[in-house]
Amino acid sequence: MIVKIVSKNFDIPNSHRLDVAREHGRYKSLNSLFSRKPDDITVAVEKSGLRGKGGGGALTGEKWRLIPNPCDKPTYLIINADESEPGTFKDRQIIEFDPHLLIEGIICSSYAINAHHAYIYIRGEYVFWAKRLQEAIDEAYAAGILGESVLDSQYPLHVTLHRGAGAYICGEKTALLESLEGKRGHPRLKPKGKEPEWFFGNPAVVNNVETIASVPFIVNEGYEAYRAYGTEKSPGTMLFGISGHVEKPGVYELPYGVKMVDVIEHVCGGVLGGKKLKAIIPGGSSCQIFRADEITDITLDYESVKEHGSALGTGGMIVMDESVSIPQAMKNLFEFYHHESCGQCTPCREGTGWVDQILRKIIAGNGTHDDLKTILDACDMLNGKTICVFAPSVAFIAQSYLEKFREEFEALLD
Amino acid sequence: MSTFTFNPENEEKFTALLTRYPEKSSLMLPSLWMIQYQEGWISPESMRFLAEKLACSPMDVYAVASFYSMFNLKPVGKYHIQLCKTLSCMLRGSQQMQAHIQNKLGIKPGETTKDGKFTFSLVECLGSCGTAPCMSYNDDYVENLTIEKLDELIDGAQS
Ligand SMILES: Cc1cc2nc3c(=O)[nH]c(=O)nc-3n(C[C@H](O)[C@H](O)[C@H](O)COP(=O)(O)O)c2cc1C
Ligand code: SF4
Ligand code: FES
Repeated sequence: MIVKIVSKNFDIPNSHRLDVAREHGRYKSLNSLFSRKPDDITVAVEKSGLRGKGGGGALTGEKWRLIPNPCDKPTYLIINADESEPGTFKDRQIIEFDPHLLIEGIICSSYAINAHHAYIYIRGEYVFWAKRLQEAIDEAYAAGILGESVLDSQYPLHVTLHRGAGAYICGEKTALLESLEGKRGHPRLKPKGKEPEWFFGNPAVVNNVETIASVPFIVNEGYEAYRAYGTEKSPGTMLFGISGHVEKPGVYELPYGVKMVDVIEHVCGGVLGGKKLKAIIPGGSSCQIFRADEITDITLDYESVKEHGSALGTGGMIVMDESVSIPQAMKNLFEFYHHESCGQCTPCREGTGWVDQILRKIIAGNGTHDDLKTILDACDMLNGKTICVFAPSVAFIAQSYLEKFREEFEALLD
Repeated sequence: MSTFTFNPENEEKFTALLTRYPEKSSLMLPSLWMIQYQEGWISPESMRFLAEKLACSPMDVYAVASFYSMFNLKPVGKYHIQLCKTLSCMLRGSQQMQAHIQNKLGIKPGETTKDGKFTFSLVECLGSCGTAPCMSYNDDYVENLTIEKLDELIDGAQS
């Protein structure tokens, strides 16, 4: 089931070093990149159907097209390495084992959108990974792969690593940009129509690490080769991270469209200790939960997971066995969301804390039937007018926990 | 005038960073990191210093510094244990780890031992869910955390 496109070099010793990386094909795309038109690269990415791996699954090519062409302002590529969605731990594998793949992807993508400076925003806790990435960037500069001319192309490109400092919301692209501009990580109001992102008033593209790391394969091998994997609407592969109660948690690169049960059973060795499966969160904690009996037909692609009432998100699956108390799990996540709400919108700031408090009461055995109703009312409030999708996603997940595991909540009521 | 200044190395880094961003305000987070590595925390004096450097008000610096959970606005112990408490770690035993740390150090989350050696904090998902439970120990991650690993680290630092 496992395919290796992005993770191809992960098992090679010292794959993070430039000499080893080059021996194993890294920067090969640069041989022909600059003899092609930038538009060629965008077309290849468009035709590949490459979807964003940061959670939203947006079409990468479409996003790149939002950059005005020609453009009288500098354009920027911003790499989202904030990786803070609970259950998600894949970008760090790329950074740890193949940082040069990311840099190669940055070069190809920057060339396509005519950016001469790219920023990588990495979560503050990833100190080891920031160091590893900076070393790779330094190696690339020293070898003339970055700088005033990428090799002998006369195409200048700079890459700057920027550390966050502990704020989940900075993974949201506009909060990330605010943070990169030196401010608090407050998401911006969304424009009505389609626009690029803006960095100090200049057009910018924000892409996830894994998205950009998928680009060199498409540039080298062509979009058909990428489309050979996955499904029609979800082409290619994704790094799925599976955590919680499985025998072999970890990150596995799989083509889209594989069956969720097969991944749990065969790739991850089944539920830990042979226990019974109770629940699965499919794509990071912000996606609605599934009961074990719902997953038989689910395949891991955007369409199937959505059809079944959740989202593929970041591909970070959290598996829970029969011993888990769902109200406890939900409380755990609401502490997270309450802590991480950026506080700009009252419904979000207050609603997350409110639900957390009610859950505390229910778990302590002091809940009433009205409390369940109050949680659903809070969800209506969260699902109202807020600046970003943090609050509505939190509302959706709360509803899914209550709906699918109602009896567990009721069992705790008096 | 504030009493804090960058050490020469950080001053040099600051100057070099100026060329890497379209506007100086982007140096806010990098500078706060430099201050924290230099001093161990971010003092009011250092915020006044940074405000002058970035041509903004000390309140602006404070508003940013206080938004991000990794910036210490008060001093912390020599060793900062930050245990992940989020779901995947909870599923793999973070609560037992928490109990053990609290027993061993005699402090609760958010506190520092009397000798100033250890600060214990609970934090949200560290992006290490596949090797849960996980904590960070100063700048390093300790993954697949066990009681034995905790004892080894804490006893090692005590002696
Ligand atoms: C609350 C919230 C948190 C997010 N966190 C991340 C993150 O940690 N990493 C990431 O790449 N995208 C994250 N995203 C998605 C980004 O906003 C953005 O869509 C993504 O980086 C775009 O890149 P992609 O199209 O390559 O996926 C988050 C979105 C929201 C609403
Ligand atoms: S919805 Fe929540 S996280 Fe998003 S901007 Fe509003 S307060 Fe901030
Ligand atoms: S839940 Fe602990 S590292 Fe993700």
